[in-house]
Amino acid sequence: MNNILAIAHKELRSYFSTPIAYIVIGFFALLFGYFFYAMLIIFNQQSLQLGGFGGGGNVDINQQLIRPLFLNASVILLFVLPLITMRTYSEEKRSGTIELLLTSPVTDVDIIIGKFLGAMALYAAMLGITLLHMMLLFAWGNPEPKVVITGYLGLLLMGGCFISVGLLISSLTKNQIVSGMVTFAVFLLLWVINWIASFTGPTTQSVLNYLSITDHFDDFTKGILDTKHLVYYFSVMSFGLFLTARSVDTERWKG
Amino acid sequence: MIEVQHLTKRYGPVTAVDDVSFTVERGEILGFLGPNGAGKTTTMRVLTGYMPPTEGKAVVAGYDVMEQPIEAKRRTGYLPETPPLYPEMTVREYLSFVAKIKRVPRGERKARVEEMMRKTHVDDVAHRHCGKLSKGYRQRVGLAQALMHNPDVLILDEPTAGLDPKQIIETRQLIRGLAGDHTIILSTHILPEVSQTCQRVVIINRGKVVAVDTPDNLTARLRGSETMYLQVDAQGADAAGILERVSGVTRVAVTDTKQQVVGYEVDSESGRDVRRELAAAVVSRGWGLLELRPMRMSLEEIFLHVTTEETAAPAAAVDAATERTGELVQ
Repeated sequence: MNNILAIAHKELRSYFSTPIAYIVIGFFALLFGYFFYAMLIIFNQQSLQLGGFGGGGNVDINQQLIRPLFLNASVILLFVLPLITMRTYSEEKRSGTIELLLTSPVTDVDIIIGKFLGAMALYAAMLGITLLHMMLLFAWGNPEPKVVITGYLGLLLMGGCFISVGLLISSLTKNQIVSGMVTFAVFLLLWVINWIASFTGPTTQSVLNYLSITDHFDDFTKGILDTKHLVYYFSVMSFGLFLTARSVDTERWKG
Repeated sequence: MIEVQHLTKRYGPVTAVDDVSFTVERGEILGFLGPNGAGKTTTMRVLTGYMPPTEGKAVVAGYDVMEQPIEAKRRTGYLPETPPLYPEMTVREYLSFVAKIKRVPRGERKARVEEMMRKTHVDDVAHRHCGKLSKGYRQRVGLAQALMHNPDVLILDEPTAGLDPKQIIETRQLIRGLAGDHTIILSTHILPEVSQTCQRVVIINRGKVVAVDTPDNLTARLRGSETMYLQVDAQGADAAGILERVSGVTRVAVTDTKQQVVGYEVDSESGRDVRRELAAAVVSRGWGLLELRPMRMSLEEIFLHVTTEETAAPAAAVDAATERTGELVQ
């Protein structure tokens, strides 16, 4: 456990002692802020219009502001998370520091979990920025806390899946750019994989829908906590980390 | 302390290390001599548990590096060819991280980091980033890293590469000072370095052990002590005794036996040519003298061959060297 924390700490510190953490967090904050602002004015417009018709209570801040906001945040992740994971293994392999880790009395699993937690910590810090926006909504509106909580949980779990896949890809190459590009392509594919679902047969359709990482996120934004999705996310995460362990082990044999 | 048995490592069709066996006693400094690409680094990487061998096994400090890797790694310090430094960390941060993952107990970490920085003379750059250090400092921070958990076994891959002469002398002194408490394997392709720091030398070429000897013996050869190779058909009698009695002969060893024909390696005092006397001693007893030739294979020559891929004459010389050192390797 101490080893895992030592490595996670090292990872997190290296994010912040290079420009990566600042670029990733800044980029995310900028985009999320823009989406927040844009959706807020649209939402205000809608509620004013509906209010003008005398209908009142028909606008729902949870469904019409918070939900789209979370869904948009999930899109930003596609672009931002490869930046977090692309260097994790690639850089260590390129600079030879991997030799230090692999010849220290720590297991491969310690290293992988440590790196995963380090990336998750940076990701959580990044999401932490958006709590400011949520606080504004709570101060001037009446969103349902449950929706916000499940939304964040969903974002964390989905990000965890992306990070575990990103780690795997990073463990396959010495080149950060290759690692980043492939990760981005794979994320994008996992995101759009069910777009063709409705044009295929029922079996393929359900398989494709099941595979889509973002599809499972939908229920979280509605305030629904379904074990089906939890199982899916934890499976993808463990599978990604397991494959990373296999990949690191294979590298050892190949030398 | 270190036991390597029939170690073989293949990368696909390429055999990097081919059936290498040697042992290192506690407190000894073993030099690993060979050209680049001879398999030094690969052997070291197997010993440190960085990569598994294809065949054979390695036991470090009583633990098999494959069966009990964590226990073996706790007792091994490793300085790879390029010191594994994180450029964005300061020297002190880096060494504290190393202390953590090398399982130095929490209470001792701070003191240990400071002690290692003093020992390797890097305390004046404690606040500098590792990425901004000169080669000499990088090497020494790497050494501090390898020593951090006070390992029984130290494995140093070209510890003096890229250092200036003053730093080389300092590093050698440091390494010599570590012997006794630590068992050390160091690799190098610099010949004098071996005689100055090591108690025993393994010469490795193209993945195979070519010679194992003490630097004294090797330097004795460098000085050019005369060695002859004799093949005698003594019809079953013991020729070694007769050969030893020849004036000027210092050592006689049997190198090979084919039925009645026995091969001998005869050392004589340097500068003395005993070929005539040897031939006379054999022939006067009615034995068959089938072969008599000088073996003047010096370490330098072995090494020269090993470092340059020459053919023809030197190749024959190396065969002789292999023959001659065969008995030492066994």
